[in-house]
Amino acid sequence: MNIDFTFLNKYYMFFINGTKNTIIISIFTVLIGVILGTFLALMKLSKNKILKSIASSYIEFIRGTPVMVQMFIIYYGMNLGLPDYVAGIVTLSINSSAYVAEIIRAGIQAVDKGQMEAARSLGMSHKMAMRYIIIPQAFKNILPALGNEFITVIKESSIVSVIGIPELMYNADTVRGNTFMPFAPLIVAAFIYFVLTFTLSKVVGRVERRMRAGD
Amino acid sequence: MIDVIALEKKFGKNTVLKNINVNIKKGEVVVVIGPSGSGKSTFLRCLNLLEVPTKGKIIFEGTPITDSKVNIDLHRQKMGMVFQQFNLFPHMTVLENITLAPVRVKKVPKEEAERTAMRLLRRVGLEDKADSYPSKLSGGQKQRVAIARALAMEPDVMLFDEPTSALDPEMVGEVLDVMKELAADGMTMVVVTHEMGFAREVGDRIIFMSDGEIIEEGTPEEIFVNPKHSRTRDFLGKVL
Repeated sequence: MNIDFTFLNKYYMFFINGTKNTIIISIFTVLIGVILGTFLALMKLSKNKILKSIASSYIEFIRGTPVMVQMFIIYYGMNLGLPDYVAGIVTLSINSSAYVAEIIRAGIQAVDKGQMEAARSLGMSHKMAMRYIIIPQAFKNILPALGNEFITVIKESSIVSVIGIPELMYNADTVRGNTFMPFAPLIVAAFIYFVLTFTLSKVVGRVERRMRAGD
Repeated sequence: MIDVIALEKKFGKNTVLKNINVNIKKGEVVVVIGPSGSGKSTFLRCLNLLEVPTKGKIIFEGTPITDSKVNIDLHRQKMGMVFQQFNLFPHMTVLENITLAPVRVKKVPKEEAERTAMRLLRRVGLEDKADSYPSKLSGGQKQRVAIARALAMEPDVMLFDEPTSALDPEMVGEVLDVMKELAADGMTMVVVTHEMGFAREVGDRIIFMSDGEIIEEGTPEEIFVNPKHSRTRDFLGKVL
């Protein structure tokens, strides 16, 4: 098979801009997802039954429905008049927060229960113990999984192309339409996605190894 | 100092402690012995409410701490606890482990807390380990740091939950020595242990528990030499 990549001379900016947008969308999604996810995780771990059931239902519902459906509900269904970008980031953040919440909850619960007891036996409040003893240790469990979530978000962000946000997937498709080339632009997009995620997974791996060395 | 009145603890339908009545006086060393699963650890953990009793009262220095209106954090500051699994904070150095609670909870100035910590480390013979992380210490060293950490809060009573059970045999002695010194200094102590030698030598009073009940209590002499109850005799026959 002979694939011709000369179209890149004319269209390379589409890919560069698309990649830029993909990265921006992913970073915002991860940031907002982590903040939301932290609250959800704390709600799910709290003793308050109402908070707990709100968080659990949210997490189950979001994880149990396709992100495409979620996006259409937010973008078309709710008709909030959000700019496309915002709607895209909101959807992805809401989606990611459910997964992040589970990552954080698991990370906190993985800390030995004797740690909380020791902290409380010294007269620390629950809040203090969480802050000084549990969260710092949970962080070590959470960080690598969070890196993997970032990778997932980069890949899943391609879905917002459907509502016309010019990120990598959308732009690759535009190039496809302009050049009447069915195949090559997608290969370029796939390659860029792979470079992004592969680099990130190497970074995560390194961080993980360094943290384990600290033990 | 601690009054335990009609204490009962259930885990689901399972009754672990029944009608426990104990009075612990200031300066007294009370050693709790008994077979595994007899409820000794649960009893100890009820004293600082790490386990919440199902029924009954615990009165600590005049305050009924089992009362839900009482801020237990304040009273726990006065009750040091040492765990079987040490439970040192692995992400902190030895010095930070010891100073954390005094600085954060009692708002002791950091420098003063560090001076106290170093004094306590000298007392348990580990001043050279101040900047080490717990993972670099042996079991016996960890437990001695854990004792220093509890002492840093200047507690009125120390609770020991099988402090030597997770140790290699050659390290048991160093921890027991620290505990003996503490007892000699007049610290009020409640010790759950399988170390009968320690119980006999250091205990002012021995409590023998079995199946969630106090079967017999008395001086080491009374319990070890002339146990009244057949279950006490059975148990001692097996462990001595």
